[in-house]
Amino acid sequence: MQWGSLTEFFAMGGYGLYVWTSFGATALCLVGEVLAVWRRHVAALAGARAVS
Amino acid sequence: MSVMGINWFKYSSPQAFYPLAGRLIPWFAAAALGLIGIGLYIGFFVAPTDFQQGEAYRIIFVHVPAAWMSMFLYVLMALWAGLGLGLNARPSFMMTQAIAPTGAMFTFLALLTGAMWGKPTWGAWWVWDARLTSELILLFQYIGLILLRASIDDQRRADRASAVFALVGVVNVPIIYFSVRWWNTLHQGASVSMTASPKMATTMVTAMLVMMLGFWMYSIAVTLARMRCVIVERERQPSWGKHAPAPDVAEVRECSGGV
Repeated sequence: MQWGSLTEFFAMGGYGLYVWTSFGATALCLVGEVLAVWRRHVAALAGARAVS
Repeated sequence: MSVMGINWFKYSSPQAFYPLAGRLIPWFAAAALGLIGIGLYIGFFVAPTDFQQGEAYRIIFVHVPAAWMSMFLYVLMALWAGLGLGLNARPSFMMTQAIAPTGAMFTFLALLTGAMWGKPTWGAWWVWDARLTSELILLFQYIGLILLRASIDDQRRADRASAVFALVGVVNVPIIYFSVRWWNTLHQGASVSMTASPKMATTMVTAMLVMMLGFWMYSIAVTLARMRCVIVERERQPSWGKHAPAPDVAEVRECSGGV
């Protein structure tokens, strides 16, 4: 492990902005997609019930 | 066909696939969480600092897996599209429909994380390099496929049109893959290949491969979940509720034929 402190970890050797934007955007997209699919499923089930 | 006493064709019907997918999703989701967790740990706490790029190289742990998924998923989607056209099988078309948004998302992420890596190492967010340009075209292909399907009301026509579109577009995948070899532009060559030993430290490669496996598990889980949405949307059966038993296939075919 090469991090002396938490600040050092978040600074990422001066590349913090690029590194954390990359990982943050990826996390947002994955979580967002899971939520979107979940909501779509709920809506689809409601739609199917409405048809009956 | 019956291998080991199991009727495998049973699961190719949406009615049998729906509950099976429901049972599989938690396992793939758990595997995805575990693998991504381990990958991040190795990537941030075990893998050393790169002697040339400093800490900026750590973007590789999301960039390469996302880029690989964008291509894998396109090929997989095209395979289902071809199977759908060949066998005239509705579930195959549904798989094509279920994979596309996840593929589009990974393509977007590959481009975005690439820009985040390009700025500190090349000095530019974007260049019209062969690899970047062909990957951007892949994003347009995914978006085009989704819009094409949405623009056709008749499901069978939408299935066929988008399947043909997906199959024609698969030609771009080898172009993306070999672009770094065919054109000597800015993007670096393959970091890991089947024929040569990796050009990175072992822990770096391990973190990248574990992340890639995690993204695979995530893609399977989310595709199965979207497949379930597509099945409910297209079959419009009142009995899809959690505790209702799966209806007979013949009965459902009759109903859906009339809708």
